[in-house]
Amino acid sequence: MKNYGPDFYNITDLLTEEELLIQQTAYDFVQTEFMSVINDHYENATFPMELVPKLGELGFMGSSLPEKSGGAGVSNVAYGLILHELERGDSGLRSFASVQGSLVMYPIHAYGSDDQKAKWLPGLGSGTKIGCFGLTEPNFGSNPGGMATRCKRNGDDWIINGNKMWITNGSVADVSVVWARDEDGIVRGFLLEKGMEGFTSSDIHGKLSLRASVTSELSMTNVRVPDSARLPNIEGLKGPLSCLTQARYGIAWGMVGAAVDCYNTALDYSKERKQFSKPIAGYQLTQAKLAEMITRITEAQLLVYRLGRLKDEGKMTFQQVSMAKRNNCAMARDVARIAREILGANGITEDYSPIRHMANIESVYTYEGTHEMHTLILGQEVTGMAAYDS
Amino acid sequence: MKIAVLVKQVPGAESPLPIHSNQKWVDEDAVAYVMNESDNYALEEALQIKEANSEGEVVVISLGPDRIQKVIREALAKGADRAIHIQIDTVGAIDPLATASHFADALKEENFDLIFSGLQSDDFGMAQTGVIIGEMLGMATASLVMAIETGGGKIKVKRELEAGWFQWVSLSLPASLTIQSGLNTPRYPSLKGIMGAKKKEIKVVTPNPVEANQSLEKIYVPHSDKQTVMIEGSVDQMVEKLIHTFRNDIKVL
Ligand SMILES: Cc1cc2nc3c(=O)[nH]c(=O)nc-3n(C[C@H](O)[C@H](O)[C@H](O)COP(=O)(O)OP(=O)(O)OC[C@H]3O[C@@H](n4cnc5c(N)ncnc54)[C@H](O)[C@@H]3O)c2cc1C
Repeated sequence: MKNYGPDFYNITDLLTEEELLIQQTAYDFVQTEFMSVINDHYENATFPMELVPKLGELGFMGSSLPEKSGGAGVSNVAYGLILHELERGDSGLRSFASVQGSLVMYPIHAYGSDDQKAKWLPGLGSGTKIGCFGLTEPNFGSNPGGMATRCKRNGDDWIINGNKMWITNGSVADVSVVWARDEDGIVRGFLLEKGMEGFTSSDIHGKLSLRASVTSELSMTNVRVPDSARLPNIEGLKGPLSCLTQARYGIAWGMVGAAVDCYNTALDYSKERKQFSKPIAGYQLTQAKLAEMITRITEAQLLVYRLGRLKDEGKMTFQQVSMAKRNNCAMARDVARIAREILGANGITEDYSPIRHMANIESVYTYEGTHEMHTLILGQEVTGMAAYDS
Repeated sequence: MKIAVLVKQVPGAESPLPIHSNQKWVDEDAVAYVMNESDNYALEEALQIKEANSEGEVVVISLGPDRIQKVIREALAKGADRAIHIQIDTVGAIDPLATASHFADALKEENFDLIFSGLQSDDFGMAQTGVIIGEMLGMATASLVMAIETGGGKIKVKRELEAGWFQWVSLSLPASLTIQSGLNTPRYPSLKGIMGAKKKEIKVVTPNPVEANQSLEKIYVPHSDKQTVMIEGSVDQMVEKLIHTFRNDIKVL
């Protein structure tokens, strides 16, 4: 972290040589290949698809998974650092990697059959195939357990009916991990392929957040798939929830990247911008803002660093992930806003990144479990009492 | 083809460069190091030649204290096969003749077909090391290389001359070439490469002492005592004042 932004507590010293080189690679890639195109994509509400094979070639898709699962076998901290750098660029880029790695490759790796793994993981890992994850529905967001999408046994096949909403990469995905409830009420996961009969998608337009990311609705009308399209080694809501734990882990790292970019931008600007007799960085009110930002960023860095090492040791709990996701989204949201303030009028233009991050973070704050839902998860963890009905 | 690539670790362009209190060099603890820019191109060129011929070996070699293993690992992660680290603690390795003789010692037993170095290092900018090594090892040399064609035991290289002119020259092998930035697109190290690099060999060698003919006396930030003078008055008065200044103060007329 040292070369690329604040590292007030010398966390860089805790990283291995490989982790540092991986971060440097991700940083260089994003700054060289992505920053020159992000504003156009943001404005046009498109994603730079041409970068996907490059991301794959570098090993950024599902990188903490073993090589035989299309990953690169790097540590969870290294994986976090990659997402940190992708989100320093834009949440759309990080979201792409999170969905592909944590929500598509992970469930196929963890719950898929050997045939499913052989069919999908190499392409997903190399970025020649794209995946999406369909859990949320028009009427079931925070409460996915209520899902209305149904799967019904029919001879050797399954028939799937329902709608999925807010699905990142939905319309561009070659493979969709879709969760549905069977006649006994058991949640099951299916791998649906683009172009299957009865399986359609349409993009959601008019987003003012996460514009450089494709978000779609999926619709299944009597989609017939063989049993071999079902993820055989998982059933129940813990299937999708375990994927979300993986993705939330990466989001917690990504949010630090977005916040660091806002902080660096605001700090540089405050030293350059002179008002009255001196640079605005010299005034106490600005310093209070910068002190607050660096403190919150440092807290967030420590959370994800420790979380990553716990994950490497196999000791991470989903409640710990909730704390990091909840805290770091709230942190980044505040930091982006304060950075925007420091930039004055310039801060409302695309010439400076904070307002783009600020708008993006609204999505990140809401998806993968809203701030409120993570509050309730932590509340349940400390009191032993669930404040929501399950 | 067996190719050696010299890589140097230098302060990054955006790194802070506070001067050490002894005024002999910068305060190394505050510096963020990177691979020297033209060395990165030299490495890429070597890797591409190896890949095009589907045989050969690329060996990176670097001189400096332990910290330089970071750029060595980076080069291995990009695809170099093995590395030689000439371990030397002095930071002000400022004498190109001494530096080149350390490299020549380490390289001579290996019988490389090609030795690549960057055109110059971004810290001292001497631009001599590769040429002196070539001389010491009795190799053909070419500097400012912009393109390389290999084949038939010879190579052809395009050299950059002054004022937008180029020159193609044929060289016999072995040869030492200093590479200009921009002749290719350096790759990023892939995660697979990074993970594989730890299994590759880094041979650490201690050089024989060589007497340096050149050393750093003192470094400092240049200070300027120039002043801006505003000339005021009518046009005639201003012209007169200007001519007076040109003639008597700056002495250009
Ligand atoms: C850009 C974007 C991309 C997305 N990508 C995907 C994807 O790829 N795959 C996917 O499956 N989903 C995706 N989502 C969906 C996302 O996960 C949901 O939006 C999220 O779970 C919240 O659901 P909801 O929007 O229906 O809000 P709701 O659940 O309706 O919540 C509305 C508000 O009520 C609050 N609330 C709800 N229940 C309670 C309670 N019990 N107590 C207190 N407050 C409560 C919430 O916190 C929130 O503030 C994406 C969303 C966005 C915006």
